[in-house]
Amino acid sequence: MRKLVLLIVVIAMAVVIYEGARRSSHSKGGHPGAVDSPAAEFSLQDLNGKPLSLAEYRGKVVLLNFWATWCTPCRGEIPQFVDFQNTLGPQGLQLIGISMDDDAKAVHEFYQQFKMNYPVAIGNANLAESYGGVLGLPVTFLIGRDGRIAAKYVGATDLAALQQKIQALLQAK
Amino acid sequence: MRNLVVPLSAVVLALLAVVAQAQSSNSSDLPPGSAQLITPEELIQLLQLPSGQKPLILNVGPSILYMQAHIPGAEYIGATSDKQGLERLRARVKPLPRNQSIVLYCGCCPWSHCPNVRPAYKELHALGFTKVKVLYIADNFGTDWVDKGYPTIKGQ
Repeated sequence: MRKLVLLIVVIAMAVVIYEGARRSSHSKGGHPGAVDSPAAEFSLQDLNGKPLSLAEYRGKVVLLNFWATWCTPCRGEIPQFVDFQNTLGPQGLQLIGISMDDDAKAVHEFYQQFKMNYPVAIGNANLAESYGGVLGLPVTFLIGRDGRIAAKYVGATDLAALQQKIQALLQAK
Repeated sequence: MRNLVVPLSAVVLALLAVVAQAQSSNSSDLPPGSAQLITPEELIQLLQLPSGQKPLILNVGPSILYMQAHIPGAEYIGATSDKQGLERLRARVKPLPRNQSIVLYCGCCPWSHCPNVRPAYKELHALGFTKVKVLYIADNFGTDWVDKGYPTIKGQ
């Protein structure tokens, strides 16, 4: 009887240790770009030649949008993102655009035409991979004030639902 | 009655021309399920063939996507939504026999929004290539190829 109790205790302890290790591993981030994982830092130059890094917006809610001028769903979203920056920027939202275009000139023209009011940089494969790969557009990451990825949207986003999520993060100080 | 033969024939010919034009237009629009398309599963089968029997696979999407992941053996052409991309495509296929088996793919965006595969297909069709297929990617290359565990390689 004693041996049976001892065996049960040992198994229970093993389960507790295993579960603890598993949760610890999960909380450290999982794979790049996953929800709940830390958003990858980057350092680029925006279209105006100014430094652009994620670190400078730590403490804000960041909407990081991978897009391209030739991407029809992206073109549909960007006017709404401009509006988000206007209306929710004062509450702590920061939009960042990462263009996946090959042609920088087209990006400059688009930026002017759409009156984009947030920083945009030309992306690269390394940055895309640090977010788990951007193998189709648009892809948008919502990053909380703590620098962790709160949501990932692949394809055209439900903008009303996105706005609600942003507002919830802005209120969670 | 004889007086009606000529006008009726003209009407029939005009209708046939309209139907033919509509069919031609539909084929280059590449709707899902059309004969010009090949599914990822079908292409996987072709990739198993000996090297001499495999189709020439041409990537006609943007370079950043190709650099992250592309189908093994696929050659980079670049986005054929612009003139430079179409010029590179023309230059690549110029020496090839017109019965060369070619598969075009992009995967940048949902199928109906892809700006690259239709111009590329039309160009090859206009050049007289008779064995051209376009890889049907419903959402994007990540979802419809990479996430399914199909083979990829990185870089140029």
